[in-house]
Parts: sequence; structure tokens; C-alpha cells
Amino acid sequence: MSEKHPIYLDYSATTPVDKRVADKMCSYLTLDGVFGNPASRSHAFGWDAEAAVEEARKQVAALVGANPKEIVFTSGATESDNLAIKGVAHFYRKSGKHIVTCKTEHKAVLDTCRQLEREGYEVTYLDPEQNGLLDLGKLEDALRDDTILVSIMHVNNEIGVIQDIAAIGEICRSRKILFHVDAAQSPGKVSINLDELKVDLMSFSAHKVYGPKGVGALYVQRKPRVRLEAQMHGGGHERGMRSGTLATHQIVGMGEAFRIASEEMEEENKRILSLRNRLWEGLKDMEEVYVNGDIDQRIPGNINISFNFVEGESLLMALKDLAISSGSACTSASLEPSYVLRALGRNDELAHSSIRFSIGRFTTEQDIDYTIDHVRTAVNKLRELSPLWDMYKDGIDLDSIEWAAH
Amino acid sequence: MAYSEKVLDHYENPRNVGSFSKDEINVGTGMVGAPACGDVMRLQIKVGDGGVIEDAVFKTYGCGSAIASSSLLTEWVKGKTLDEARAIKNTEIAEELALPPVKIHCSVLAEDAINAAVEDYMQKRS
Repeated sequence: MSEKHPIYLDYSATTPVDKRVADKMCSYLTLDGVFGNPASRSHAFGWDAEAAVEEARKQVAALVGANPKEIVFTSGATESDNLAIKGVAHFYRKSGKHIVTCKTEHKAVLDTCRQLEREGYEVTYLDPEQNGLLDLGKLEDALRDDTILVSIMHVNNEIGVIQDIAAIGEICRSRKILFHVDAAQSPGKVSINLDELKVDLMSFSAHKVYGPKGVGALYVQRKPRVRLEAQMHGGGHERGMRSGTLATHQIVGMGEAFRIASEEMEEENKRILSLRNRLWEGLKDMEEVYVNGDIDQRIPGNINISFNFVEGESLLMALKDLAISSGSACTSASLEPSYVLRALGRNDELAHSSIRFSIGRFTTEQDIDYTIDHVRTAVNKLRELSPLWDMYKDGIDLDSIEWAAH
Repeated sequence: MAYSEKVLDHYENPRNVGSFSKDEINVGTGMVGAPACGDVMRLQIKVGDGGVIEDAVFKTYGCGSAIASSSLLTEWVKGKTLDEARAIKNTEIAEELALPPVKIHCSVLAEDAINAAVEDYMQKRS
């Protein structure tokens, strides 16, 4: 049994910084380290910092098959999404004002699109299929002559499904429409080769890959060249696309995290997949449990399960030894079930009953076995308390009841 | 979210979990809420001669605060007359359990549940 409680199974929310990354970052902060401003051109402090940033840029680019010149450092994937979507929309406004995205995107994309709607743009929000994946025919049908941008995420943060960005890229390129991909969840989990993919813009985050929070990157393709209107103005850093003094230690940390991912992802993903399979094997014989999202087109570390007739927040409460999250946003003020699961067509009970388990670098077999044991006990206990479970056992169809929604 | 000690206590050791046969003439059943909203409470009372609630049980699908609200209510209504039970206000439940504003609806649901159970019992009798 793991000594550390609670057990961390929320790697899709964030990851601990790898010790190797933290150690390296520490040497870019203090007087005895490389603390200079990478934009200082008149002394060695600046030159050394610039060299460190450029090394990190290479490391980030190497993991995703990009040219280092195509990497723009930002404060994180949210900023990258904002820069990509608003930047393209504003630059190409004369070519059209229509954008296509999907209902299961991260809020950083959805809310940016909402803002553009307020500015007079038109946005189509596609419904995914029941497995969380897009029907490419429907995507094609949504494209118009005035469509300037398609923004589709690579790996979904809640259900872990992987969209076919290669195929979407082909469709967009053939129609000369720019294609942005929010890839916050994918580096180190799915191989990405931007040299081959027909993707114009791609957002990355460091803290999902054992790097620090507060730093990310946007890939901006050079051939064919993609133009952006900057969203942050100032000293003209990052070729004018993102002003602001580069956070050397953060960027070095992101570079090191991406370097480690390049070297270790193959082995790591095998291990993580076997842990996820172990978890699902330990739970799947329970009655009325459902995996949300496609089971095969999914990153190794994610499994999102609905335990029917058990409410997600009470389940999290029973599993206080586990750091997991509920698809249901009950813990926030909204009390709404997950919009991602709703978009999949999951009914409300199942959407309210979902738990996301995300497994990562430091998860052990003992952690998984402890989790299986605790989840089974908690679900059984809460079902004993659940009038819906009673009704299910009595063969009553819950849809036949007229509920008084409140 | 931080839960109060009383919510945790009721959640971990819920009182009076169970069911009565709802066809019995001295049983009143109130089921309120909706799965779509994430909580459903079923409260049942057994009424003795003289209109006093002799026993009460519940089952709740919902968050910890919803479970605690209904568990507490079963304790409170036992020994009360129907009118006394109906006079219990959600604010008393919310106060006893120190529910945060976002969870007040759980206590409202509990109040609805006891009213519905008494109503059901009265209809059976009339």
C-alpha cells in the first residue's frame, strides 16, 4: 500500500514537476545562476539566458516535429488558445467571419469563441458522436466559403479521446481554411509530428507534462505562413506575436519536461496503459458502470467512468483518500453536470455520476489496487442509500417517472 | 469544498436508511427532486394512532449535504405530530448542518420531502 494519502489520480488536471525539471529550473533564477533577461543584447547575462531559451525552444519543437522558429512561448495553453483564435480571427477578418469548433472543447477555446461572437463573428459548435469523436462528414458540411478557422482539440481533457487531427487537417487544407489544435493534453501521451500534419496552429502546456505551471507555447506554422494579430503588445518579443520578458526558468523547465517526454514517453505510456487496464479490469464487472468516450481512441492515462445511480460529488466525498475529479461540476457553484458528457448525449444521471481517473508518471500498482477496493466499497455503500438504485432493482424505468425538476 | 462536521457525521453514519412498504395505510411517502438535477430524496414516515410519527426512513441520491439533510430530518420528525413535522423549515436544517449557500437547496429539498410524505399519508386516509 502506498504510504502517501491521498493518492493522486488527477494527472489531467496537472502534474507534479519532475525533480529533474525542478533542479534545472533552479539554476536560472539566482545570482549564481543564469538570471539574465534573454532580450539583453549587451552582455553575457542576456546572451546566456537567450541561449537557454533557444535550447528549450529546440526541445519543445523536437517533441512535436516542429521547427524551433515555429514555437512562440506563452503563459500557458489558455493564452495560446486565445492568441491563436483571436489572433487569426482579427488578422483574417476581411476574408470571413466564420469559425468552426466543437462543443466538447476546453473552456479556453469555447469562451474565446463566445467573445468573438460578441465581436460579430459567427461560430458553429459541432456535436461530437456518442464516443466523443467528431464525424468528419459533419465537420465538412459545416465549412463555408467565409470560414476562416477550425479549432479542434487533440485530446479531450475530461474523457481523454483523441481526435483524428491528421484527417481534419487534410480537410481544412484542401479548403484553404486555417486549423488550430488545442493540444494541452497530448504531448508525451500521443506522438505528434507537425512536419507531416496539416496543422497551422497548436497550443501546448508545460504543467500537464511534468513541467511548471505558468508556461506554454503556441506552434505557428511558417510554411505556409500563418499570420496572427498579437494580443499582447510591448517590446516585440517572440517575433512580435507575444510581447513580455521571457520567463527563462519557466521556459527552461518546459524544455526539459518536453525533452524527458521525448526520451521516455514510449516506455512510460506502456506502463501507464497497463495501470489503466488494471483499474478498469478491477471495476468493469460491477453493475451499471460505463466508460465515457471511445475506449480505444484514448490516451493511456485517462479513464472516465459513470457509476449509474450514484451522484458524483457524494462519491468523491466517500473517496477522500483519492485525488480524483468528478465530471459533474457539482463542486463548483454551477451544479450543472459535465457539458462534455452532455454533448456526448449521456443522460443526466450518467453525467452526474462520472469520475475521471487520470494516471501518470508516479502512479503505482498499489495505488490502483487501493483505488479499485475503495471505489467498489464506496459505490456499493452509496447505492444502498440511493432511491434510484432501489427503483432500478425493482425494474422501474426511471424515464417513465415525471420528476419535478427543481 | 469543506464540509461541516455534522454533514460529515451524517454522511458517514447516515441515520434511518431504509424503506417501508409504500402500500401500507399508515405509511406516507415523499419523493422529491430529479435525477437530472443531481438529487432525489425519498422520505417515508410511519404514523401511529393519534397522528404521531413513530418511525421515519430515507434514501437519497445526491451530494453529501443532501444525504445529511435527509438523515437529520428523519431524526427530527420521529415523535412529532404531522403538523409539527410540517412546520420544520429548511432554514433550521441548513443552520443545524451549517450548509454553505450553494447547498441551501438540499435543505429546501428536505423540507419538500417531509411535506410530500405528510401529504401522501393524508391522501391515503381521506
